[in-house]
Amino acid sequence: MIVLDNVTLTYPGRTGPVTALAGTTLNVRKGEFAAVVGPSGCGKSTLMKLVTGLIRPTSGTVSIDGAEVKGPVKVAGMAFQHANLLPWRTVLQNVMLPLEIVEPYRRRFSRDKAAFQDKAMALLNVVGLGAFADRFPWEMSGGMQQRASLCRSLIHQPALLMLDEPFAALDAFTREELWCVLRDLWQEFGFTVILVTHDLREAAFLADTIHVMSARPGRIVETRQVPFLRPRDLDVCYRAEFTGLVHELRNKIAEVRQAA
Amino acid sequence: MMKKLSVENLAPVYFTVALFVIWEAACRLFKIDTFILPAPTEIFAAMVKYWWPLLKNSFVTLWTTMAGFAIAVVFGIALGVVVGWSRTIYRGLYPVMIGFNSVPKVAVVPILIMWFGIGEVPAILTAFLISFFPIVVNVATGLATTEPELEDVLRALGASKLDIMRKVGIPRTGPYLFGALKVGITLAFVGAVVSETIGANAGVGHLMVQAGSNFQMPLVFAGLISLAIQGILMYAIFAVFERRMVAWAFRSSQSAGG
Repeated sequence: MIVLDNVTLTYPGRTGPVTALAGTTLNVRKGEFAAVVGPSGCGKSTLMKLVTGLIRPTSGTVSIDGAEVKGPVKVAGMAFQHANLLPWRTVLQNVMLPLEIVEPYRRRFSRDKAAFQDKAMALLNVVGLGAFADRFPWEMSGGMQQRASLCRSLIHQPALLMLDEPFAALDAFTREELWCVLRDLWQEFGFTVILVTHDLREAAFLADTIHVMSARPGRIVETRQVPFLRPRDLDVCYRAEFTGLVHELRNKIAEVRQAA
Repeated sequence: MMKKLSVENLAPVYFTVALFVIWEAACRLFKIDTFILPAPTEIFAAMVKYWWPLLKNSFVTLWTTMAGFAIAVVFGIALGVVVGWSRTIYRGLYPVMIGFNSVPKVAVVPILIMWFGIGEVPAILTAFLISFFPIVVNVATGLATTEPELEDVLRALGASKLDIMRKVGIPRTGPYLFGALKVGITLAFVGAVVSETIGANAGVGHLMVQAGSNFQMPLVFAGLISLAIQGILMYAIFAVFERRMVAWAFRSSQSAGG
């Protein structure tokens, strides 16, 4: 259970203090797939950093499972718009990077390396990269890099996956493919997801709950439950209810952009 | 395709030969005095005639350069890591280093000679001083420009600053370091020779000063050419190492992106 209670974040900008978030309150249940949508520059990425404890709120509290977040949480996996794989490591070595850092894997890394490799291979097979484990990131397409990035964020079995527009740089077909990859991973492992995106169809297809943020200073202005049954198929995107939901979200965002 | 590739590979040879041919032709055509600019044939004749002093002194210059450069590499990497580690140290030390680097090394050599006497020590130290700076700057830049998102990924895993340095910072500094080594080694030659020119008992710089005072211009130029050859060779050696050790940096520029 992730709770943001009346969180405000102000930081010194070039032209005086900038309020990125103002009184944001957000609840995400354990195992829930939550999406945060909003106009650009609304502090969505700030929200990610707050939840993972990379920055501390100016006021209000962030807590995970009842404990206040006071420093970088050690249970989160993260993936961003850019895959950010290390070019000097093969795909397999990239995926195994978290195991070299996170305890208890870290302590056992040299001893259990073979077992960890099998684990990473299993995950790569799930996302369809099994045959590319020994390739280098720069030998692969953007979509494949992003698959590897997802594996890297999940290899240590985090309770929480934070995604910051992970599919924004991909073409439409690859993006839909990766939605399904993410959907399957989530259904298999049951981690909590916070997906920050500006793609409303993406949010509606993947999430249980969609939170709409206002323009800066960001605040959650609306929370919508997504009613579609699981497991969802891409066909759901062409149903009238789906289109209706996306349209309403679209109007809501247009409204908060106007207000800004 | 194969033929085209070999033309490209031989291009350095063609250009070098062409340079010498034009040089020779110009010297003969305009009847340039040997004392002003000796023709390549005269220089090569001097190289053959004085091969032993040239070789002996080249060896002295080579080892003083390499000794100075080795110190520069060790200290440069160490200081570069320190400077790249902390923003405060970076801000504090940078002006000092710029100032230090702006001082002409020629001006420092007499001081070094006063301290250490005429000999190889001032040459080694000048080579060190002149090649030190690019190494520090490049290592520090490599470390300081780690992608913030990547740092976030690792910090959210509970990585310490040392972890981030070991897993990301230091490996990604490789290409910057090799770039600096290639520049640094050629600078180190300049440093060693400048010092030998001002005060030394041996080395190519010393040989050139002596040849100059005896009006043996072809020998002076022969010294220059032997320096150029040494510089090219050392550069090539580091370029080969670079290709082997940070191959990913060359290939990733053709990456699919994203």
